[in-house]
Amino acid sequence: MLELRAVSKRYGGVVATDDVTLDVTHAEVHALIGPNGAGKTTLIGQISGALETQSGRIIFNGADITRLPAHARVAAGLARSYQITSIFRRFSVLENLALAVQARSGSSFRYWRPVAAEKPLFAEAAAIAAEIGLHERLGTIAGQLAHGEQRALEVGLALATQPQLLLLDEPMAGMGPRESQAMIALIARLRTRVTMLLVEHDMDAVFRLADRISVLVNGRLLATGAPAAIRADPQVRQAYLGEELAA
Amino acid sequence: MRAIAVFVLLAIFPLAMQALDGMFYVSLASRILIYAIAATSLNLVLGYGGMVSFGHAAFFGAGAFVVGIMAVEGIRSAWIAWPAAIAVAALAALVIGALSLRTRGVYFIMITLAFAQMIYYIFVSLKTYGGDDGLSMPGRSTVGAGTLGNDLVWYYVVLGILAAVLYALHRLVRSRFGRVIAAIRENEARAEAIGFPVYRYKLACFVIAGAVGGLAGALIANQSSYVSPSLLHWIQSGTLMIMVILGGVGTIWGGVIGAAVLLGLEHLISDYRIGWLAALAPNYQDHGGLAVGIVLLAIVLAAPRGIAGFFRDA
Repeated sequence: MLELRAVSKRYGGVVATDDVTLDVTHAEVHALIGPNGAGKTTLIGQISGALETQSGRIIFNGADITRLPAHARVAAGLARSYQITSIFRRFSVLENLALAVQARSGSSFRYWRPVAAEKPLFAEAAAIAAEIGLHERLGTIAGQLAHGEQRALEVGLALATQPQLLLLDEPMAGMGPRESQAMIALIARLRTRVTMLLVEHDMDAVFRLADRISVLVNGRLLATGAPAAIRADPQVRQAYLGEELAA
Repeated sequence: MRAIAVFVLLAIFPLAMQALDGMFYVSLASRILIYAIAATSLNLVLGYGGMVSFGHAAFFGAGAFVVGIMAVEGIRSAWIAWPAAIAVAALAALVIGALSLRTRGVYFIMITLAFAQMIYYIFVSLKTYGGDDGLSMPGRSTVGAGTLGNDLVWYYVVLGILAAVLYALHRLVRSRFGRVIAAIRENEARAEAIGFPVYRYKLACFVIAGAVGGLAGALIANQSSYVSPSLLHWIQSGTLMIMVILGGVGTIWGGVIGAAVLLGLEHLISDYRIGWLAALAPNYQDHGGLAVGIVLLAIVLAAPRGIAGFFRDA
């Protein structure tokens, strides 16, 4: 579904991602792990189109999207969530989600008819709110939600674009154990209908959810494989997992 | 409801002035209403769109010059000249916006300012059409067989256009497009990440504002049948900006309130001699700008979100 071919990104002299070749296949949950600063978020940015890719190719559903602008990638079925919550803070929960639904349902170069009259947008937004557990917070201004709720909305916004491939950048960042469990349950429910590339530091979550795991260290892909193989890989243990599992 | 009340009052105003023999005030009011349209158009980009354009005078002045030049060349019909003013201003906004919107923040402010100043110097050096001295028109635009020369008729034409512009803005901010613009102002990166081609929406917003600015320019040319290049000057852009900030950034009535307060204040200080103030500072009227500035400063300190925001908070 997604093929990265020798994808690289440099900031001045600093290499953020280096020659990454990686496949995400249809219907899998593919986890991307690695120490801080390994280039995981940069890679998500490159796949989603927020960051320019200097060399290499990104192929999605057989089409080369390396030079496609971010909004066009969303239309093609590729959506991302952010590690640092990025929502419309002054919009209500329902308005946030309705906006994301609006983005993919018809042109928004419409200047006269009030959007409030478009019942289907809001009905669908409410359904997504229920899915992410925010159905009782529809009217709440997003900026006033609790941290865990904002994280749920963060994923909900990406989900509302109806992606085929969802790029989740540390969805559990800063969450307490209970909130994390809710997020894990959400991702587990979603896996039947959407392919996911999941960046996550919570190894418990990663090993519970992932079909395959890729390990990124210093911008380079160290290994890709089934969870058991990754857990057993001596190189991975040395570079990353050892400290995480010991902790 | 409140909007209707305001417009009823504005409609009655010239009749009262006529009875009181104060037609001068009807003319002043027309000027204020025209600036209200210009400031409202800037408020669309600046307030609702979050794009701090420091070159709005380019569209205002361009609209004025189109009407002025056409009048001098013998085309005085409002049905032709005004749409032409709107079209030229929109085209200018399309070109300036397409280039400026590739930048952000301070760069955007500076580049819009630079474009507007460029247009200003073009018209100053255009001796055929008045250059420095400006351009005198043979009279106001015509509508069919009639002219808009009567100040009372003129006032109602301007008032009607302002009402239409405000209603259109009211519809626009609640439309799909308005939501997208608000979302972009709120969080541009995320708007792009949920699939909106942000650049195109910003450009469309910029062009609409430029077009309405051009319409206001067409009106200001008619106000005194004279087009000055100062309409294009950066001070004009700054004045419109002050009106928006003073009235209320991102509010429907912000531009109207700002124009009324600023121009009303200027008139009050330069044309009236306030006894107790004159006793305190005999030649304060020679420093009208300073006096206006002090009052503006006081208002902005008391109402940091503009006068419209002040009332909404209360």
